Amino acid sequence: MNTRIADRIPATEITPRPLYESRRDFLRVASLGCIAAGIGALAPGAAWAAQKFANLAHSPYSTDEKPTPYKDVTTYNNFYEFGTDKRDPAHNAQALRVQPWTVTLDGLVARPRTLDLDALLRLAPLEERIYRMRCVEGWSMVVPWLGIPLAALLKQVEPLGNAKYIEFQSLHDTAQMPETRSRVLDWPYTEGLRLDEAMHPLSLIALGLYGEQLPRQNGAPLRLVVPWKYGFKGAKSIVRIRFVERQPDTSWMRAGPSEYGFYSNVNPSVDHPRWSQATERRLGEFLKRKTLMFNGYGEQVAGLYTGMDLRRNF
Amino acid sequence: MASAQHMPRRAAVPSATTLRAIKCLLFVACAVPLAHLAWAAWQDDLGANPIEAITRGLGTWTLNFLLITLTVTPLRKLTGLDWLVRLRRMLGLYTFFYACLHLMTYVWLDQFFDWSAIVHDIAKRPFITVGFAAWLLLLPLAVTSTNAMMRWLGGRRWQRLHRSVYAIGVLAVLHYWWLVKKDVTLPLVYALVLALLLALRAVRRRAPPPASGKLAARPAATFVKPAPDQA
Repeated sequence: MNTRIADRIPATEITPRPLYESRRDFLRVASLGCIAAGIGALAPGAAWAAQKFANLAHSPYSTDEKPTPYKDVTTYNNFYEFGTDKRDPAHNAQALRVQPWTVTLDGLVARPRTLDLDALLRLAPLEERIYRMRCVEGWSMVVPWLGIPLAALLKQVEPLGNAKYIEFQSLHDTAQMPETRSRVLDWPYTEGLRLDEAMHPLSLIALGLYGEQLPRQNGAPLRLVVPWKYGFKGAKSIVRIRFVERQPDTSWMRAGPSEYGFYSNVNPSVDHPRWSQATERRLGEFLKRKTLMFNGYGEQVAGLYTGMDLRRNF
Repeated sequence: MASAQHMPRRAAVPSATTLRAIKCLLFVACAVPLAHLAWAAWQDDLGANPIEAITRGLGTWTLNFLLITLTVTPLRKLTGLDWLVRLRRMLGLYTFFYACLHLMTYVWLDQFFDWSAIVHDIAKRPFITVGFAAWLLLLPLAVTSTNAMMRWLGGRRWQRLHRSVYAIGVLAVLHYWWLVKKDVTLPLVYALVLALLLALRAVRRRAPPPASGKLAARPAATFVKPAPDQA
């Protein structure tokens, strides 16, 4: 299996992969010539070695804006399964077991599958995608994700003709996520995309950031990243991806139907009922900046919504 | 029973020097949250979003001081330590001070003096409307906090005016409640504390009148009667 990967990808073009705790994986990384950078000093509780990866494929979808510092990306997180304060996940998520991990793809598909992380990493070369991330709360960051296109994953299971939407489910394990005993949201955390949104090349399954394995507080081992939508659409620590016919009810829609719609596209002209979405504070900047339609990805994604009233379909 | 309680009360009054020392200590203690925030900002220790941390920190302390100020009277009644009322003005003014800083962070750090956006926000965003209303209502209380103003207004009018602090408490808690995205645990804690503090007053008012008839008819009049020597 390992040789097969090595055969397929020339050594010069190797896209290193975030590998997980097993020795076998570590040896494979070493043999592929990746640089194991030891313990990530900045990552809280970085007991599982954070490997740095070189030679990542540069993506034309990346922004050239300055990435938000690693420390900020990994200490300012909304991951309610580990607490509602943004500093909570960095503290509380460190005990999350991310290996072994499987993600099940089922629902309206010809070939339902359950993939482990190794299988997932074999689907496509890992790319670095530097994306803007706009939170519904009015702040934003720039994150250098590592991941594979979501489409590469979805194609594995041969969706049936009546599959119109994808539902993403995050892990819900009260033993590992004591905060989920409170009913602040409906667990498991559920998100959704229309099939064409999910198949869009910008939609990413992230497995790492800043050249390292995805930190737990950012949704390890795999999360969704949809850069033209508000950050909460990016379900973290995903265990199930279901193909469905009807638009799924997401956790935030259930929590506040008037405040959080299914689409949740970044849109400066549609305010959150309680606050304006016209501007945002980019972390690290003093003055607020104007929020861009579709978070600046309009050129790529506006076509998905032709003829739709985005005020109604917020 | 009332008179039995009154005896030790008078005995517990601290001397003028002690009271001055207590006030000095309290003055410094009330400045600690601000100093702590400033120090954290200086040390770049406010996390990824320092402006939000400063705004929230000042808002939280405004609310804390408001509730602490509202605690003085029930505490005084429960413990019999009447001199506690001498500390109330300082606590109230600190509430106003933190409220002004909180408002300033919004105007300066959050909106950067974009007055049209600010006016729009106040008109359109309920949580900002009630927050701003609470600050506006604090203004006359701060202005009339001096001994001269108390004398000018007269005890009863002054007191009636200052009862608006109850409404301010409600507005402030609402401001917090409406601002959080989903987890209302902390706003709920503040709401419960405020409810308790207001309920204690309601119970007092309804309690059977003490011996002295005239005062008992208007128990509120003794409630916050300003002491002329407050400083």
